Amino acid sequence: MSEQLQSDFDKIVKSLKISKEEIQIKKDFLNKFIKKGFPNRKQEDWKFLDISQIIKKNISDLNFFNDYSQPNKIDSSIFVDDLEHNKIIFINGRIEKIDLDYEDQNKIEISDGTTKEISFDHKNSLIDLNSAFTNKVFKIIVKKNYSLKRPLIIYHSTDDKIKSTNINLRLDFELGENSCLKLIDFFIDNTSKNFINIFYNFNLKKDAILKNYKIDNFKNNNLKYSFNNIEQGDNSVSETFILSAGSDYLKNEINCNLNGKYSSAFVNGVFSLEENQQHEIRTAINHLVENTKSYQLIKSVIGKNSKSAYQGKIFVNSKAQKTDGYQLSKAILLDETSEFNAKPELEIYADDVKCSHGSASGNLDENSIFYLMSRGLNYQQSKELLINGFLLEVIEKITDSEIKNLIKNILRLKE
Amino acid sequence: MDTREKDIEKLKDYKYGFTTDIENIKAPKGLNEDVIKFISNIKKEPEWMLNFRLKAYERLKLLKEPNWQKPKYPKIDYQDLYYYSAPKSMKDKPKSLDELDPKLLETYKKLGIPLQEQARLNGIAVDAVFDSVSVATTFKEELTKQGIIFCSMSEAIQKHPELVKKYLGTVIPVTDHFFATLNSAVFTDGSFVYIPEGVRCPMELSTYFRINASETGQFERTLIIADKGSYVSYLEGCTAPMRDENQLHAANVELIALDDAEIKYSTVQNWYPGDENGKGGIYNFVTKRGLCNGKNSKISWTQVETGSAITWKYPSCILKGDNSIGEFYSIAITNNHQKADTGTKMIHLGKNTKSKIISKGISAGYSDMTYRGLVDINSKAKSSSNYTQCDSLLMGNKCGAHTVPYIKNKNFDSNIAHEATTSKISEEQLHYCQQRGLSAEEAVGLIVNGFCKEVLQQLPMEFAVEAQKLVGISLEGSVG
Repeated sequence: MSEQLQSDFDKIVKSLKISKEEIQIKKDFLNKFIKKGFPNRKQEDWKFLDISQIIKKNISDLNFFNDYSQPNKIDSSIFVDDLEHNKIIFINGRIEKIDLDYEDQNKIEISDGTTKEISFDHKNSLIDLNSAFTNKVFKIIVKKNYSLKRPLIIYHSTDDKIKSTNINLRLDFELGENSCLKLIDFFIDNTSKNFINIFYNFNLKKDAILKNYKIDNFKNNNLKYSFNNIEQGDNSVSETFILSAGSDYLKNEINCNLNGKYSSAFVNGVFSLEENQQHEIRTAINHLVENTKSYQLIKSVIGKNSKSAYQGKIFVNSKAQKTDGYQLSKAILLDETSEFNAKPELEIYADDVKCSHGSASGNLDENSIFYLMSRGLNYQQSKELLINGFLLEVIEKITDSEIKNLIKNILRLKE
Repeated sequence: MDTREKDIEKLKDYKYGFTTDIENIKAPKGLNEDVIKFISNIKKEPEWMLNFRLKAYERLKLLKEPNWQKPKYPKIDYQDLYYYSAPKSMKDKPKSLDELDPKLLETYKKLGIPLQEQARLNGIAVDAVFDSVSVATTFKEELTKQGIIFCSMSEAIQKHPELVKKYLGTVIPVTDHFFATLNSAVFTDGSFVYIPEGVRCPMELSTYFRINASETGQFERTLIIADKGSYVSYLEGCTAPMRDENQLHAANVELIALDDAEIKYSTVQNWYPGDENGKGGIYNFVTKRGLCNGKNSKISWTQVETGSAITWKYPSCILKGDNSIGEFYSIAITNNHQKADTGTKMIHLGKNTKSKIISKGISAGYSDMTYRGLVDINSKAKSSSNYTQCDSLLMGNKCGAHTVPYIKNKNFDSNIAHEATTSKISEEQLHYCQQRGLSAEEAVGLIVNGFCKEVLQQLPMEFAVEAQKLVGISLEGSVG
């Protein structure tokens, strides 16, 4: 593996035309990654999803080099058509188009550069991998007092040209004071055996609002990992919604630092797994100052041979008095072979706090099914009705009504 | 001064902090094959027992000390410990209590443990363990009449080898984790209980552990077997003298419940917690595990953890038999610089198994409390259910309270429910109590006792009173 890494790395460096120092920074990340390797179940954070094993078993000959010199053709049929929106299009990891037609161009700034040092402490080797191999890091700055008129959809699409390939991409966002961004990540792929590693960095200034919706609903046989690092200033709000359904293996990680007073973070997630899928959401919400708030709600419906895992952590610093933290995870197991794992964790060093978590898992309630069937529905219909009702609670938490309807349509949920 | 205040006055410093001046026989310092042979030899153990120990020792050489726990501690030099320490007068074991070293009797009197049979009124059979050896067991005759075996582990190895051989190491195998394996290699004594088929043990059985000598580790091993349809309630209490250095206590407790049997195991742990600056105290690294082997069996753990510099233990239940039940009730209180990482594991293997976990953690001063638990429902454990509730109470902002539950559900027919909260005593509650004439401390005591009530109720009467007092005393000086 490490020979492959080294030779692919050399190819990338050659194609990038960057300065010596920049090469050195990338090299350091590569060496860090080679030393640590892919994460495995021996690491606490990866207990439920052993990426090292998955790659060994499913993607034996992973390569890390992507030729970004030629543009890919954009297939416009993938676009969401019942919602006016701005677009960023990634095809096979290459950024093909940035289209912010609906916005005031003076209020948004886009720059590109290479990977710099990472500002926060991390043990995660996939971030090292990402930093060593990302092509360009785009930074999108939303200026003070500007709210984007339309949501921004980032399309992540792959086609048959790539196989057994590792794609790394990174985007940085800065939301200026009192600005607002609605961001939808839309995954469209039906390829297999690729490993997609996405790293987003958000910096929310005072009073900024971020809404991020991650929608992975197309069936595909890829392994995906997505990491969101969110830094929040005074009175800022972040809302993250995750629909985790399409890929064979998917792990979403949210690391949120509530650095400013009265800031709040919301994480809502839905796992809707059919057959042979393994998905995980891991969150770490760090309450670092007084009067911060967080709320997490994760629901799973798990089918045959599938596994879902939720690892949620609320950390409360000794300075963070008056914290309000809440976590709830619920799961319905549909088959004998389904599995649900949870690790809702609280680490608290301040006394004037209100923190709680709950977790429940079990079968569909037979009494409710009986009730519905006695009113004329068949077994399948009653089951669907109950599952939809179960998941709808999370969808209803979405604060943007347009996007809520979009997601409802995607999931074919009716009110 | 009312009685409570007197109690507090008396107990302000650790009441059990005295040492007893008794001549000891010790094994040479260090951990090696010779020391293990020495222990085995001095206890006149049969060869299979020595082999059991040596096998564990071989295994130990390959193991590393675990380091995933929350409370970190300085490295223990296992070669700098005494692995065997016994009062000299015990070399030829006294036949009756009259022959016992009077100093020993005095020690237990100070501790409030009735060893003399006159204390019959108490109605509790006691096995007392001093440093490494069991010194006396009371009420022997009465228990023998019913066929109950309650004696020290060394005696059981001599007199009931077939039972020990059959069950020892079946719940905690020699190949387990570091501290359990260390115990298997060097354990010195402990209690052995066997309840025959269909017998309901007429009294509470109790063991009192005491570490006296310095630089010793205490490694006792307890084995309780409840045969078909039997019932036993077992109590355990612990104290140690005040010393500046940290002492290691690594016990193994194995419980086995066969068909329709029930074991209730209660612990009031009050090892020396160290002084208020966190100097000294016991490292309480204990492995406790119960196996519900038969159908309809039940194991219930109740613990009140107030002592020790570091408590690191997870009394667990393996629910193997169909319809078996596991319960865990815990109060853990940490004050000053104490640290605790405790909880339970409920492993559901049989059909229709049920488990319940109630954990109450209270931290004050500079202490750190962690609840860490595992609920694992296996794919074969149809229609099983678990309920977990863990609440933490924080007093002051220098302490920490953490909850780390692991929940694994592999069976679609089973239910798991988990709840946890963290809070502090609200100003309103305090105000209400004070308005009605209670002092701030009394009010806190009242509220804390209410918070712990669910668990205290599970303790046998005599212990419940003691535990309730202990709860109040442990939190002394943490209010205001």
